[in-house]
Amino acid sequence: MSKFSKKRGKASPAISTASLPDIIFMLLFFFMVVTVLRDAELKVKVTTPYATELTKLEEKSLVNYLYIGRPLQKFQALYGTKPRLQLGDKFATIADIPLFLEKHKIKVPESRHGQITSSLRVDGEVTMGIVQDVKTQLRKSGQLKVNYSAKKRPTKGRR
Amino acid sequence: MAKTSARDRMSNEINAGSMADIAFLLLIFFLVTTTIVEDKGITVKLPPWSEEEPDITRLKERNVFSVLVNAQDQLLVRGEIMAVDRLREQAKIFIANPYNRPDMAERPTKAIISLKNDRGTSYNAYLEVYNELKAAYNELWDEMSQRQYGIPYSEDMPFAYRKAIRDEIPFVLSEAEPTAFGEE
Repeated sequence: MSKFSKKRGKASPAISTASLPDIIFMLLFFFMVVTVLRDAELKVKVTTPYATELTKLEEKSLVNYLYIGRPLQKFQALYGTKPRLQLGDKFATIADIPLFLEKHKIKVPESRHGQITSSLRVDGEVTMGIVQDVKTQLRKSGQLKVNYSAKKRPTKGRR
Repeated sequence: MAKTSARDRMSNEINAGSMADIAFLLLIFFLVTTTIVEDKGITVKLPPWSEEEPDITRLKERNVFSVLVNAQDQLLVRGEIMAVDRLREQAKIFIANPYNRPDMAERPTKAIISLKNDRGTSYNAYLEVYNELKAAYNELWDEMSQRQYGIPYSEDMPFAYRKAIRDEIPFVLSEAEPTAFGEE
């Protein structure tokens, strides 16, 4: 009996925090791995449509992004409300696509040039006209692997 | 005597308390900058560009499944108006032709899906139609895979199996140059 009461009196209240950094580091590494640093600030409104037959883009370094949508409110005074193309972080025209693709290509080892995918992040409300023009330009530039960016549809669809 | 006691005091462990703070700082930085981007989409292979006019080969009408999407996002499938949620099922029947109907594909290898849209078609509608057509093929592949190998069709099944299935039911979707009636 006396044993227990003695122990309680002696117990030091401080919990060792030595392992706290380890836990934090674990969290840190997790976030470092999943992080994709936003390389471009979106200047057009892009809400991608829903779809079911999706494939995942595996390697980020082999992907270049083309954004198509209406300019955001703050750019509308300058660029109007018609759907526009954005390459990198600025507005562009169809004619800028070949240079944009080349600039991305030099960052990729030559043996992997065939695996480069263009991700088309297109707003659902946009009409096909501009999308078609972009597609034609991509074909002319020999960039044939294209991914229509879409979100997973939550309910519909069996697969 | 005094020396040893001093060394004893020195050999106490280093205070690692501030390590957590540093790690926290980094953690918060990454938390803020993280956008777990869902990089998913429908992958397509565009046909190479050629300046020449495509040579017109007459295809048998029974082998062509024509899908037209107009500027009002309405669907015309083989000359009939159709709702988009029936498209998948109809495309599947057309490709597989389980009852050997004379107006549907002779064989899956001969089936051609022809998709044509307008410049005024909304991207939403276009992608939905494309998705349904792709889904039709995916379901056919899956059914065949289940029948022959007893496993679902997926990217990581043996390559030979996948190739056998893809040879049997090849994905042929040809996109025509869009019309320009409804350009905004």
